Amino acid sequence: MADKKNQVSRRQFLNYTLTGVGGFMGAAMIAPMVGFAVDPLLKGEKDTDYVYVMDVNEITNEPQRKTFQVDQVDGWYESKVDRTAWVYKDENDEILALSPVCTHLGCTVDWNSNQDFPNEFYCPCHDGRYDKNGVNIPGTPPTEPLHSYDFQIQDGKLMLGKAKARKGA
Amino acid sequence: MLQKMYDWIDERLDITPIWRDIADHEVPEHVNPAHHFSAFVYCFGGLTFFVTVIQVLSGMFLTMYYVPDIVNAWESVKYLQTQVAHGQIVRGMHHWGASVVIVMIFLHTLRVFFQGAYKKPRELNWIVGVLLFFVMLGLGFTGYLLPWDNKAFFATQVGLEIAESVPFIGGDLKTLLAGDPEIVGAKTLARFFAIHVFFLPAALFALMGAHFIMIRRQGISGPL
Ligand code: HEM
Ligand code: FES
Repeated sequence: MADKKNQVSRRQFLNYTLTGVGGFMGAAMIAPMVGFAVDPLLKGEKDTDYVYVMDVNEITNEPQRKTFQVDQVDGWYESKVDRTAWVYKDENDEILALSPVCTHLGCTVDWNSNQDFPNEFYCPCHDGRYDKNGVNIPGTPPTEPLHSYDFQIQDGKLMLGKAKARKGA
Repeated sequence: MLQKMYDWIDERLDITPIWRDIADHEVPEHVNPAHHFSAFVYCFGGLTFFVTVIQVLSGMFLTMYYVPDIVNAWESVKYLQTQVAHGQIVRGMHHWGASVVIVMIFLHTLRVFFQGAYKKPRELNWIVGVLLFFVMLGLGFTGYLLPWDNKAFFATQVGLEIAESVPFIGGDLKTLLAGDPEIVGAKTLARFFAIHVFFLPAALFALMGAHFIMIRRQGISGPL
């Protein structure tokens, strides 16, 4: 029977079935562990709570540095962490709440802190600069504008959510 | 495709003799369950190894989430079991496997004992096997504390008192294990974790290496 062409020999048959069954068992063993390890990728983004930061009538045209606390659930560890925002009204009287995280490599920017560059957001790490609207100044390291916090206004109170990249800014 | 890749490497490095030397042996008739069904007793050693591989792999993955700290240990186990994808399965494999591996090693030992396979020239491998058994018990004992729940705590309390009952050195032995003369706590958990995931697995691998090298040299014992 083995001399007929295209026929599977006993040895081949055993090889295939043993490899198949063994492979299946191995995969069944490894698959849950791989899922377990890549779990951080499977977890979706959490929705954010909006947190009270200041009253709307206190917002000026000059950026004010405001710190606030958000609840953070880090796996099995829950804590409150500090966040900072630069809050002000732009020329069109629109409220802006900018994240102080430099879009170059993540240092913290400050408002109006460098005498050479007045009325700009300045990052000391690599001389990154942003104009008053938080838009990066060409020729300096940052590649995009400072991120801005989503916000809501409830009863004259400014509530901040998550900082996101700005579209169109 | 795979054959071509293999050939390409083999042509340069001549790897065939290496794996043939390790893996290519005829199975003697008297250990082949296809000839005599009762030969299934020869499988227990391999099954012990198989479950040990599961223990090592699942344990490695558990350490991605587990923290050996009395404040967080229990929370981290709860998190990995209930919130992480397949957490219940991965912890379940390690949890049940820890018992199954003891059963398998015990059955394997019974086979070797009742067949007299430990007799000359295999005395040394019997000794290595007994050491492997102790290492397994040690892994079970130290691992049992890690979830830091009540069962874990009091089981360890009892285990430490058993150690303390050893004549003369009992007190020191207990302190050495617990990391403290009185408290079963933060220091105990940290060192049990270290022993469980570094020291005993290292001993386990060394002993398994010795076990298998000796089997390769001496071959399986003959038919009864
Ligand atoms: C034959 C080898 C092993 C045995 C018998 C064993 C035994 C155990 C036992 C009985 C537990 C408690 C499980 C529970 O109550 O859920 C445990 C937990 C644990 N083991 Fe192992 N273990 C072995 C190998 C390993 C290895 C090699 C590692 C890591 C490299 C490891 C890492 C862990 C971790 C992190 C825990 C705590 C997580 C939990 O409790 O679910 N184990 N082990
Ligand atoms: S991190 Fe701000 S300029 Fe580089």
